Amino acid sequence: MSDDLRELYQEVILDHGKHPRNFHACEDATNEARGNNPLCGDQLVIYLKMGEDGKVADASFVGKGCAISMASASMMTDLLKGRTAEEAQAMFDAFHKMCTGEEEDVDLGEEAEKLRVLSGVREFPTRVKCATLPWHTMVAALEGQDEISTE
Amino acid sequence: MADTAMHSPAAYDVETVRGDFPILSRTMHGKPLAFLDSAASAQKPRAVIDTVRDVYEREYANVHRGLYEISEAVTDRYEGTRETIRDFIGAASTKEIVFTRNATESVNLVAHSFGRNFLEEGDEVVITELEHHANIVPWQMLRDEKGIVLKVAPITDDGELIMSAFEDLLGPRTKLVAVAHMSNVMGTILPVEDIIRRAHAVGAKVLIDGCQSVTHIPIDVQALGCDFFVFSGHKLYGPSGIGLLYGREELLDAMPPFMGGGDMISSVTFEKSTWARLPHKFEAGTPAIAQAIGLGAAIDYVNGLGLAAIGQHEADMLNYATQQLSSFDGLRIIGTAPNKASVVSFVLDYAHPHDIATIIDRAGVAVRAGHHCAQPLMDRMDVPATVRASIGLYTNKSDIDALVGALGDVQEFFG
Repeated sequence: MSDDLRELYQEVILDHGKHPRNFHACEDATNEARGNNPLCGDQLVIYLKMGEDGKVADASFVGKGCAISMASASMMTDLLKGRTAEEAQAMFDAFHKMCTGEEEDVDLGEEAEKLRVLSGVREFPTRVKCATLPWHTMVAALEGQDEISTE
Repeated sequence: MADTAMHSPAAYDVETVRGDFPILSRTMHGKPLAFLDSAASAQKPRAVIDTVRDVYEREYANVHRGLYEISEAVTDRYEGTRETIRDFIGAASTKEIVFTRNATESVNLVAHSFGRNFLEEGDEVVITELEHHANIVPWQMLRDEKGIVLKVAPITDDGELIMSAFEDLLGPRTKLVAVAHMSNVMGTILPVEDIIRRAHAVGAKVLIDGCQSVTHIPIDVQALGCDFFVFSGHKLYGPSGIGLLYGREELLDAMPPFMGGGDMISSVTFEKSTWARLPHKFEAGTPAIAQAIGLGAAIDYVNGLGLAAIGQHEADMLNYATQQLSSFDGLRIIGTAPNKASVVSFVLDYAHPHDIATIIDRAGVAVRAGHHCAQPLMDRMDVPATVRASIGLYTNKSDIDALVGALGDVQEFFG
């Protein structure tokens, strides 16, 4: 089996994919958005609860998707808690650059360094959107949009 | 004609057939290419590739215009293809053979020209749950514009049309029944003879989407009695960019043009234009000339092998694939109708179709994974997506063995 496949499907991704964290709807979310990938029909909903201090108090998601999108959403929702909207946006920007290969060795920040396990998607152009769909959806939720599409 | 002698229908030799398709000798990620995505678009035999090249190298000019030798010659070849297609689907006249870009454009042509002009608010169009988006969305657009009613006939869990429920949807307001001849996702073959008979009994016209069926089943539009029949050239081993609308002459005659421009007119003044005769009334602008001629070569190639022999070979491959896949751990086939052809869709209970497709791609196996432009069907079958392996006239057991072997890699990661 090829090395880039082993790089893509690392144990930590398979674990998040099979047992996603924060995988539930949120009744009292302040921001939520639906993300669609029309290429494959994958859909997910991101829920954010913004605290009075302007930081993410809670983040969760529901949806159906491949191991890459599930793992990405799982790790993202874990990392969002305690961050401001600006910090979340900055994390998205760095993550996006990593996935598209736009910037080699992009600085993800100390806590978000664990996202680097998803960098294997660079070798799979059709799968980049799987990794970034939850993030685009999160940004849409922060901006007050209801729905986004990756196309 | 040499092809006919080489591949007599009595002894279908798939390895010889594979030799006619240059792309099948290449590798993908260093592995022999196992191309199991012909239902999305089929590969092209050398005869088609050579024909297209020959047109451009030797005989290219615009059609229906030039008063010089090569323009007349290419016009003859282009119009000759119309006769090849007429014969292939059993139409009464080449006036009934309209070139389009693809089946999607053909359906849209009918929706715009027939639908806008002959359907009134409250009239009904009946489709089924297993339709491709190309046979759903144009009718929704017509519904939103004209206030027609779109009714959807249900299918069983096996993927078969429920005839009694279909018949219940028919009534005096039914003006059109538009159905796939064969499901692009599940391979189900619909009982179109029965559908056409019942639809005609209430005075409705019938459009058959033949994209998937035309490569496996001999078509005779007059025997079927359908009013419209559509397909795409690229799934029939021809070039992309060329498709077909068959329509009964009296209907096409009554229908106004879909697009205006050159080639579709008889005369033009700033006050008024008059339309060309059939089929040119529906063919505005310079057509896909080399692609049409290439489609003719593809049909000659298929005829040389014989659709009956092709169908038998594909049925053997489908049986083999179904057997091999059914015994695979955690695999469930979506679409188990007794009457089906050339397509096997499946899901694994421990891996998403996209992850499966990515992993088996690295083993040289090309399949489609996703909703196959049939999202309502995915909802009906309660799956987000499927993996679809589809069989063409060149598919052999090694292709299927490669698929099953590569699924072992998926199991290693996810099982």
